Amino acid sequence: MPTTQISLVREHTAKITPPRALWVPFELGRPLGVPGDTAFQTRVLRAALQLLEAASGPVLVDFPDDAPAVVDAPTPLVCPVSFASPPEDLSDTDFLRSALQREIAQLRTWYDLAVTRRGRTTVGVSRLTPEGMGTFIGAFLDGQAPSNPRADIPLAALFRYAVEDLKAYYCEALAAQPGNSTADSTTLADWFWRDTAAGRVLFAVHEVSKQSAIPGMQAVAAGLLIPRARSAESPFAKA
Amino acid sequence: MARLEQVHPAMRAALLAMACPTFDTQPWVAGPALSQRRVALISTAGLHRREDRPFAVTSGNARAIAGDYRVIPNDIMANDLVMSHVSTNFDRTGFQQDWNVVFPLDRLHALAQEGSIGSVAAFHYSFMGATEPRHMEAAAHQLARLLTQDHVNAVCLVPV
Repeated sequence: MPTTQISLVREHTAKITPPRALWVPFELGRPLGVPGDTAFQTRVLRAALQLLEAASGPVLVDFPDDAPAVVDAPTPLVCPVSFASPPEDLSDTDFLRSALQREIAQLRTWYDLAVTRRGRTTVGVSRLTPEGMGTFIGAFLDGQAPSNPRADIPLAALFRYAVEDLKAYYCEALAAQPGNSTADSTTLADWFWRDTAAGRVLFAVHEVSKQSAIPGMQAVAAGLLIPRARSAESPFAKA
Repeated sequence: MARLEQVHPAMRAALLAMACPTFDTQPWVAGPALSQRRVALISTAGLHRREDRPFAVTSGNARAIAGDYRVIPNDIMANDLVMSHVSTNFDRTGFQQDWNVVFPLDRLHALAQEGSIGSVAAFHYSFMGATEPRHMEAAAHQLARLLTQDHVNAVCLVPV
């Protein structure tokens, strides 16, 4: 079967030497470069497909252009819930849970608007409501196993799906707010991990779950919860 | 940003430490002109239909699910495609804004409509990339048969 491919990590592709590959200098998670830019995405896809007509191989071609930069600089993102005194003590779980639920509630209108505008949402793998995600994720702050609302999925896996659903809910909601539709991935991630109660809750669950007795939860906490690029930002990490 | 020098140092170190398979042979399969190709997409982004089962979050026997893949019908609507990739180390906000930045199905249809490619496959597929490649061989053979039966003669592999 003839194949061509997009490559995001050139160093890997150079070692593996597949028959045909187009290396693109784009962010991990964005192999076609930039959302909403039909012309640019088409250029990338066409360039990858044209490698099928190469006379011999293997071929590894570099796409010549970086992804177009965001034109409008995003305005400073607004934190849905302001912390009067940010909790830095893991024992203050009630405060964290309350802040998370208030935040989810305050984002609801923006999320609903985003779904209407886009005609789609990426939230839904966990099949929990946003409020249900907050309750379910918040329950892990105690280090105990909460009841599992899905009989078909192990608890730690459902936690993992709920976390990504929650992050998607936040980022989709935020993009519906005035001035935020062009916020880039770094701005959104900075906002989520540094400024929201949700980010703080996940950092807290990360700490609590390092010794968790819930099957699979230690592995989730160790490598599947906090991005490597954010691991040094936990307000709860022990010095 | 996938220029390694622009990636966060912790992520860069992980990427550079990642083992990459090597192969004794370098298969090369030719084919007709691009305008005669029937093209399928195979993603490693952990994509699937909203009602399909999510990719497993495994901490145990990863080999047991190594060849796991999902079928994506060509007429799927954007709101029916979700992502359950296990990794937390790549951006998902692009996919939230526009599925084509991960799964360029609309772009592929446009290329078929203008005649740049012959046609689009009836089915596309997705794996979850955080998988040991050598354990995916059986699934790859299975997909090759399915693709052949769909008269596909070109596959575009799209990472995440």
